[in-house]
Amino acid sequence: MYWSINLVILVFVIVCALAAIYVKDLLATAVLFGAYSFMMCLLWAIMGAVDVAFTEASVGAGVSTVFFVAAVFRTSRRTKD
Amino acid sequence: MKLLSLIVVCLTGGLLLYGTADLPDWGDPNTPASLHLSKYYIENAIRDTEVPNLVTAVLADYRSIDTMLETAVVFCAGLACFMLLRDFTPKKDHYYRHVPSGVILHVKNPDRQIIAGNEFEDMDKEWLPPDTIIKTVCRMLIPFIQIYALYVVAHGDFSPGGGFQGGVILGSSFILLAISYNLKYLLKRVSEKFLGILSAAGVLVYMGIGLAAMVLGGNFLDYEKYAPIFGEHHIRALGMLGVEIGVGMSVTAVMVIIYINIVSEGKHDEGL
Amino acid sequence: MTELFMLIAAKYNYCLYVILMMIGLYAMIAKNNLMKKLVGMNIFQTAIILFYVSIGFKHNATIPIIKGDHGHGGHGAAIHAADYMNPLPHVLMLTAIVVSVATLGVAMALCVKVYQRYQTLEEDELRMRLSEKIKS
Repeated sequence: MYWSINLVILVFVIVCALAAIYVKDLLATAVLFGAYSFMMCLLWAIMGAVDVAFTEASVGAGVSTVFFVAAVFRTSRRTKD
Repeated sequence: MKLLSLIVVCLTGGLLLYGTADLPDWGDPNTPASLHLSKYYIENAIRDTEVPNLVTAVLADYRSIDTMLETAVVFCAGLACFMLLRDFTPKKDHYYRHVPSGVILHVKNPDRQIIAGNEFEDMDKEWLPPDTIIKTVCRMLIPFIQIYALYVVAHGDFSPGGGFQGGVILGSSFILLAISYNLKYLLKRVSEKFLGILSAAGVLVYMGIGLAAMVLGGNFLDYEKYAPIFGEHHIRALGMLGVEIGVGMSVTAVMVIIYINIVSEGKHDEGL
Repeated sequence: MTELFMLIAAKYNYCLYVILMMIGLYAMIAKNNLMKKLVGMNIFQTAIILFYVSIGFKHNATIPIIKGDHGHGGHGAAIHAADYMNPLPHVLMLTAIVVSVATLGVAMALCVKVYQRYQTLEEDELRMRLSEKIKS
């Protein structure tokens, strides 16, 4: 039971990471990176690292996504690859 | 170039995969990592510090100098962001909106400005009509977020949480204010000078607690020397709370400073 | 062949962390956009943090908060180290996450500054502008 949830979330994490790298719009990259961080937070909660999961939920999924959106707002959404 | 980097990445990954064969088994309680130091922490933390959350006990007591310097790193990051982006040159173009009629005035001469009052309001280059739903919901939500952040800071000893998480949540509540209203509204409430002082004061609170313990005759950050002042009961937990408050202040201010500098390119006038 | 398969099945976690790290490293080296490189850097960072946290995991153990005893001295049942996760990697990685977001902010500030001066974040265009500047 434990290992199946772990495996499914790990596969989600890798899919989110690949999508964040390959999508051709930086705003979409920011949002996918937020999703990646939430999946990571779930993974840490499963591993019993509650403090790390809490930190990642507030820092990785919250503030760093906001920073990404702010920086994309001030630069450009365009990317070549 | 792409092919070369792919080869390098595959080589590194292959070597690391080969290395995983020698790693200990997944979830084995008898690995070297959990036999020596952490065993001591788990078995003696409650006796030494009277704090049930082991992560906070290790973070703020056993390894408190490490955490102090991490806070200093966060403060330095905020300072670096300020130094890189802050632009003090006053802007030339001002836009004003006549509230009753909705006419927008564009003033190019920096010497002749309209005093924004009841009839005219200072506005950004692109005017967006205020969204009542977003403003109302955020105004109702923000106090609860801030109370929750303070709860997280205060209950770091007994439940997951602590200065870092609470500080980030408190900072993101200010960022939410800036997003739902506008940047000027936030800076009217929380001035830049206040944020700068808060970020430095957080590190100073941490170091001050450490130095005061030295003055009272103990080691740096030895909380037990505060027992004559605050009483014996849970003195180490109290010291950890003080330290966590310092961390929370610093992290809050740095998050807001980084956000407002990035989103307005250091001009602090208009942003998201 | 079956031995290799058994090895992978026993340690599939570590293998997936290595794959995640490879994704991050590839993005850092091969991507052209500076923002994409930053995303790659963060993925690399979280992969390493994931590896560290997974070292602290123990089977049949609970989260590192002592049960029952709310700090009233050492009486009560004896505490066994095998019953609680290893808190040391959690502490180290908790601070690493907060420092990572601070460095991400500084990197963003540098990106905004680069965009102000050169109006682009693409690496090849940046290199072109820089060589033009040197020639003139």
